[in-house]
Amino acid sequence: MKQWAQGADPHNIKPYGDTMGDGWVQMSFTLPVALCEEAREAAKKLAGKMGLSDVMVYHEADLGYGFSFFIIYGKCKYSVDFARIVCPKVLERKMTFDEINEFIKKQVGRPIRVIGACTGSDAHTVGIDAIMNMKGYAGEYGLERYEMFETKNLGSQVPNEKLLEEALAFKADAILVSQVVTQKDIHLSNLAELIDMVEAAGIREKVLMICGGPRITHEVALELGFDAGFGPGTTPTIVASYIAQEFAKRFGKHQIPKGKI
Amino acid sequence: MAHLDLDERQIERARKAAGNIADSVLRFAKEHSTVAIERAVLRLMGVEGADADGVPLPNRVVDVALKEGILGRGIALYFGNCLSKVGDPVETAKAIADKKIGLKEDFSDDRARDEAEKALKKGIARIRETVERRRALLEKLGDGGTRPLLYVIVATGNIFEDVVQAKVAARAGAQVVAIIRSTAQSLLDYVPEGITTTGYGGTYATQANFRVMRQALDEISFELGRYVRQCNYASGLCMPEMAVLGAFERLDVMLNDALYGILFRDINMQRTLIDQAFSRVVSAAGEIIINTGEDNYLTTADAVSAAHTVLASNFINEAIGKRCGLKDWQLGLGHAMQMNPMMEDMFLLEVAQAQMIRQIFKDCPIKYMPPTKYMTGNIFRGHVQDAMFGLASVITKQGIHLVGIMTEAMHTPHIHDRFLALEAQGMVMNMARHLGDEIEFKKGGIIERRAQEVLKKAMEMLEQIEKEGLFTALEQGRFANVRRSFTGGRGLEGVFKKEEGYFDAVEDLLLKSLEGQDETMGARG
Repeated sequence: MKQWAQGADPHNIKPYGDTMGDGWVQMSFTLPVALCEEAREAAKKLAGKMGLSDVMVYHEADLGYGFSFFIIYGKCKYSVDFARIVCPKVLERKMTFDEINEFIKKQVGRPIRVIGACTGSDAHTVGIDAIMNMKGYAGEYGLERYEMFETKNLGSQVPNEKLLEEALAFKADAILVSQVVTQKDIHLSNLAELIDMVEAAGIREKVLMICGGPRITHEVALELGFDAGFGPGTTPTIVASYIAQEFAKRFGKHQIPKGKI
Repeated sequence: MAHLDLDERQIERARKAAGNIADSVLRFAKEHSTVAIERAVLRLMGVEGADADGVPLPNRVVDVALKEGILGRGIALYFGNCLSKVGDPVETAKAIADKKIGLKEDFSDDRARDEAEKALKKGIARIRETVERRRALLEKLGDGGTRPLLYVIVATGNIFEDVVQAKVAARAGAQVVAIIRSTAQSLLDYVPEGITTTGYGGTYATQANFRVMRQALDEISFELGRYVRQCNYASGLCMPEMAVLGAFERLDVMLNDALYGILFRDINMQRTLIDQAFSRVVSAAGEIIINTGEDNYLTTADAVSAAHTVLASNFINEAIGKRCGLKDWQLGLGHAMQMNPMMEDMFLLEVAQAQMIRQIFKDCPIKYMPPTKYMTGNIFRGHVQDAMFGLASVITKQGIHLVGIMTEAMHTPHIHDRFLALEAQGMVMNMARHLGDEIEFKKGGIIERRAQEVLKKAMEMLEQIEKEGLFTALEQGRFANVRRSFTGGRGLEGVFKKEEGYFDAVEDLLLKSLEGQDETMGARG
């Protein structure tokens, strides 16, 4: 639910420093010019073009070799209509470890199979490990620890082909992809390729496709054709809650004919 | 002065166990060679460059030997045989690749051996020249003198941008500049050629890029009046070749750790432990400081309960390194404890472990790193976090300090990220420079007890591994909670057993060049 501070106008939201509507913003950047009076003026002008007024250069430093660094404060001229902003939500309700196990037992009736990997050339498994490994992250157990998740973590540098092959063999209900190293947006093409391959294999409708990483947002994930995306600060129970709820919604007991599972 | 009461007998027992573990690994290594070692031998003999398709000539020649089934006696002999007819190593390699000359063509063992030794000695002389040059520069310029050495990374993907970033970093106080490799280069079974301007998450390590950076850092060294060291990686599937190129192009520091490759890159354990033995001999000859990768174990294992695995691995790396000819001052053993900074009294445990490792490896320049795992998008908190670890580092007199950068979790550092980080670290270290000399730890206090506990567990772990062997320990996931199999992972197909009559002179020649080497220089804390 959207909330705002007392005295704020939800149709005209701008940054707050110490007085409602003052618009104070801090930022810093480097310009490829040697430090001099004109360089400082250039920094101020640039801040003005970015929509700041009352621009003040709080700090400047000569980095050498024709570079100078500025820390700037200024008042933002613009505001946004907060009241009209609507974001797609990835998760309806965060549940606890026990609630999730219970929920899956009741709603699905069998463990959900989740396969995870760090794909492409990415060797940084911190993210996928935090979510999937027994030990988990931030005091929450990883998916491996849940009675009602059957998991397989393929680790780092897994080609998309291999992930798909393993997912098919594992009969995965959900595929979890982590992309940490991102330079020149390589992670986006990797992720898009995986979706194409999953579609080509004819299983797109049967699996939840989930991605995560420091540069991933739910919106980006949806654009790429994933079901959900998780950014920095995501803990295992957030992902577990999502998988449980979404899987139950799509393929839960009430959706499928009763039978021996 | 900061000092912890550690049980010397436990340290001795740990060292003895690590020594036996190292002996058994090196025995195994000695009986084997790999395609990467053979390619490194060719590079030592003067082969460089690539064919028209960009395939490096060392790969072409080794492939020919593999096809002919004669690699078992070592490439040096057969290459020596051809060299005696063609004369120039690069032309010889081309002739072999183009099948203009056969490796076994009128083969004479004596002539081949003579010719091989001659070529190798030239390569080793080239390494000696590089070593002399570094010594002269250090003699003339010094390196700033302060410890720990401040180490930063650059990783733009473009070697020319890297140069800009490196120069600004050096001016801001960096003493070691590491050029992070393009993601997954460690899994390439060849060394890319030429100057490169496109990489992902880093810049390709190539001989030409090494040269570009070395030249830039030499320029800035003269400008600043202190020698700025260059760091890259002798790791991954091309570990031995990278070590040779590093020794040729005056790399000063190289990351070199088989265990890291096994655990985090899924490189086959036989392959990389064999490669490592050879590459460490090369680094010893090149007076390169190696950095080991223990600092990554605790990103996957529990930092508090598994701290002893880092120490155990430090002992093993020390033992293997020394047996390969590396001196104490060349052993930049990895140390980063990756404990959660939100935990109460975590700083005490950090200081305990940093001081412990400092005392145990007293002449090694420990490579100290703040916990990267707990960096978040909150760059402001991260900046303070990094400052605190700088304090721990300077109090405990570490040798090389990996400067944490506040945007670490988000992107490869921008020019001012690194600048601000260096500025802060410089301030912290300067203001606490001699604090360690003034500190005494409370007898039986939290810090001392923690260090004693970690040491004891490390000793027990080493004695267990001594019984079962390093390979089994890796199979059982004793490090970093990662299990690897003896025959799994990448690169096993490149391993072979040395045959009767294998040309074994390379390591001997390299080791011989070490005689009379200075024992004291380097980055000691």
